[in-house]
Amino acid sequence: MTVLLILTVLVLVAISIWQITKIFELSQPKKVNTQVADDDDNRWNGQLMFAFLIFIYGITLFSFWKWGDVMLPSASSEHGIEYDNLLWISFAIIFFTQTITQGLLHYFAYKFRGEKGKKAFFYADNDRLEAIWTIIPVIVLAGLILYGLYTWTDIMTVEENEEALVVELYAQQFNWKARYAGDDGVLGDANVRFLQDFDGKNLVGIDATDPNGFDDVVVQELHLPSGREVIFKMRSQDVLHSAYMPHFRAQMNCVPGMITEFAFTPTVTTEEIRQTDAMRAKVKKINKIRREKSEALLAKGEEPLEPYVFDYLLLCNKICGASHYNMQIKIIVETQQEFEKWMNDQQTFAEFIQ
Amino acid sequence: MSAAAHLDEEDHGHHHKETFITKYIFSQDHKMISKQYLITGLFMGIIGIAMSLLFRMQLAWPEQPMGIMSALLGKWAPDGVMDPNVYLALVTIHGTIMVFFVLTAGLSGTFSNLLIPLQIGARDMASGLLNMISYWLFFLSSIIMVGSLFVEAGPAAAGWTIYPPLSALPQAQPGSGLGMTLWLVSMAIFIASSLLGSLNYIVTVLNLRTKGMTMSRLPLTIWAFFVTAIIGVVSFPVLLSAALLLIMDRSFGTSFFLSDIFIQGEVLHYQGGSPVLYEHLFWFLGHPEVYIVLLPALGITSEIIATNSRKPIFGYRAMVASILAIAFLSTIVWGHHMFISGMNPFLGSVFTFTTLLIAIPSAVKAFNYITTLWKGNLQLNPAMLFSIGLVSTFISGGLTGIILGDSTLDINVHDTYFVVAHFHLVMGISALYGLFAGVYHWFPKMFKRMMDKNLGYLHFWVTAICAYGVFFPMHFIGMAGLPRRYYTNTAFPYFDDLANINIVITVFALIAGAAQLVFLYNFIHSIYYGKPTEQNPWRSNTLEWSAPIEHIHGNWEGKIPEVHRWAYDYSKPGQEEDFVPQHIPLKEGEEELQH
Repeated sequence: MTVLLILTVLVLVAISIWQITKIFELSQPKKVNTQVADDDDNRWNGQLMFAFLIFIYGITLFSFWKWGDVMLPSASSEHGIEYDNLLWISFAIIFFTQTITQGLLHYFAYKFRGEKGKKAFFYADNDRLEAIWTIIPVIVLAGLILYGLYTWTDIMTVEENEEALVVELYAQQFNWKARYAGDDGVLGDANVRFLQDFDGKNLVGIDATDPNGFDDVVVQELHLPSGREVIFKMRSQDVLHSAYMPHFRAQMNCVPGMITEFAFTPTVTTEEIRQTDAMRAKVKKINKIRREKSEALLAKGEEPLEPYVFDYLLLCNKICGASHYNMQIKIIVETQQEFEKWMNDQQTFAEFIQ
Repeated sequence: MSAAAHLDEEDHGHHHKETFITKYIFSQDHKMISKQYLITGLFMGIIGIAMSLLFRMQLAWPEQPMGIMSALLGKWAPDGVMDPNVYLALVTIHGTIMVFFVLTAGLSGTFSNLLIPLQIGARDMASGLLNMISYWLFFLSSIIMVGSLFVEAGPAAAGWTIYPPLSALPQAQPGSGLGMTLWLVSMAIFIASSLLGSLNYIVTVLNLRTKGMTMSRLPLTIWAFFVTAIIGVVSFPVLLSAALLLIMDRSFGTSFFLSDIFIQGEVLHYQGGSPVLYEHLFWFLGHPEVYIVLLPALGITSEIIATNSRKPIFGYRAMVASILAIAFLSTIVWGHHMFISGMNPFLGSVFTFTTLLIAIPSAVKAFNYITTLWKGNLQLNPAMLFSIGLVSTFISGGLTGIILGDSTLDINVHDTYFVVAHFHLVMGISALYGLFAGVYHWFPKMFKRMMDKNLGYLHFWVTAICAYGVFFPMHFIGMAGLPRRYYTNTAFPYFDDLANINIVITVFALIAGAAQLVFLYNFIHSIYYGKPTEQNPWRSNTLEWSAPIEHIHGNWEGKIPEVHRWAYDYSKPGQEEDFVPQHIPLKEGEEELQH
């Protein structure tokens, strides 16, 4: 029914456009309508070009004013600070270039709009100008590339060391698990072939012939100590997934058949970030939206939404099937003491398969 | 050109009697084939854009029953709410159709076919037969792709990049069954079509140029089509090999891309393959593909901006050099799609370096366009507006590339809506603008009539505002950390404050969709009722406008015109008119510009 209605409306709109153009044509004095832009067209379209420039500037400012607060808060990891610096430098360059080039483009389109009898300036080439706008981008990009590569090498060089906490992130359609190395600090070998061992209790496929595996701890909640480097070893059992932790500026794909790595040092505990002004304002805003939704739900006799409390996110960021959008695990960043206390309460693999 | 010497002789117009079938269906005439490409491309475009509107509505109003969903999607939208699998299928097929069927075949196929013979002064393509086969393979692949929409379990749904194992295992999602097989078969045929077309373009440009048409006198359109064809020939076969290997993995039990998989309670036999290998093969085409889409659009706008500015294009040599530089670099940057795929981080450094280099020729092009406008006598025809619009979106979208191309920064914006906003502006919208500009500009050449300019203006201004209205706010959703290809973001209350932005984006998208109806109406109406055109309505220099309005086999009656100058003698001092077509001999004492 709706489709029929929409189709009818579309047909009617089409007919009315057709009729209006006809009326428009007939009402025009008998001048030759060539459908080529004349001075009038050049004038009003030139003016619109100028208005469009204001629109581009306007939508930029408006979006920052209105939606600036949805952007991620500053990083909660050590390398994230460096990341944010590079990001804002890049953004500054982008805004500068965008403002100037869009300005010139649309201003010229307005300023040099055509008029009968005017002749354009024959200007085909200028090697000096070409050199200028080749060299300036070269210099700017050289700076960005060097800074970027320096940071990249810093982030991606993962060195095994005594202090670091090794955590395996294990992905499957559609959930995450985490495995901690236990007292020996070494993750036991694992493979999907072992998943059916121990009546399906071998959740991440630990190889029972490897003694290192028995003290491993498999959990469905990711706890990380603040201030200590965490080395993630990522695995997937079925399709590609990607472990995306936006607040830590961290992401790595989980690839079946191989182990991928990413390391970072969390610096802000969950408790701490909840207390920041930015996060309080954000949570308040979200809860206001949720309350409004809840009222609507209650009116329909449905369950209201729960109030929102901030937790760090781990999102799946590689398309992986129907529930890709809902593949979650909670991240809790806490102090070293809290972490150890929590860890002591967990069952090791050996205990779990008993 | 000795190879074409026999074609230079007097052409008597009528070679043989044509039936309806040889003229309109199995035509070997490049002008008819270009129309076939355009109309098929537009038809696919309608499907692709309609799909995007459907999933945009799902994103704006998730889980709300909508009549239009159940009407269009039937059992795939129980109670008017789209199924998550269908959402993924829609984004997959939208991407595939827009990138390959609309912006590769529809854009390049249409204008390379129309303009290469006409602008270089050739009677037709080097091989009319191959050209015809190329179109019909494209048509066949379109039929198969559209047909896959009607498969019981739905079409392919693994994203347009169809990464295995998701695309390889029917157990992983419903769309990886018959729908995916049809996708692969369709793409294999598409690639064959594209290769035949490209080879033909290359041979034609190299061998069939008329007397006097040296490479350095070629219009920039031809340079763009020529280089695009070369990139296509270099990179499309690699996608074909990826598709064939994936077919092997799916149907014959090989393990090219698969290893150690446990799914649906079962350990699969695959050992030793790697999805990362697939990613390399895919993006070896996938990135050059961006330029296969974009370069023809840039070629078209170079021509249109020069003609409508009544000025030579600024820096012809630099424009050609930057096309060549972009083409070369485009084949060595594919890894920037894979910074966090698990490949060696050192490779990431190399690809960051090559990727950011592309910004240099791109900046040169943008500045040259702007300088071409400077002190021009701008004729703001619809085609010109779309060309200026292209430069605008090319800059806005291109600039965010310095964030995405930087491996470090890519870590946190990879696969978020920031990427979606970036590539839609820089290649999607830009290339669409190139397509529209081309249609408005060469419509008189194709259909002997003019399109209505006022509807053209309406079309441009609504589209231009909506394009920014859709994609500018989308950057913010990406900066908030929202991944793309999420059926809804309600599963994470953290993203609840994005709901309003999603509604704004969808409303702009719906208006933009409606504006395209104005274009379609104008297009179809003008074919039959448009004002009859003059021979050279835009007062342009290139050779196609010296051909008669009426389409004849062989393009020119009598001899093919000889070329005496480059294509950009607009407003040349000492000339009466503000344009001097390429076939006009130099006046006494006139010097050819050393460009």
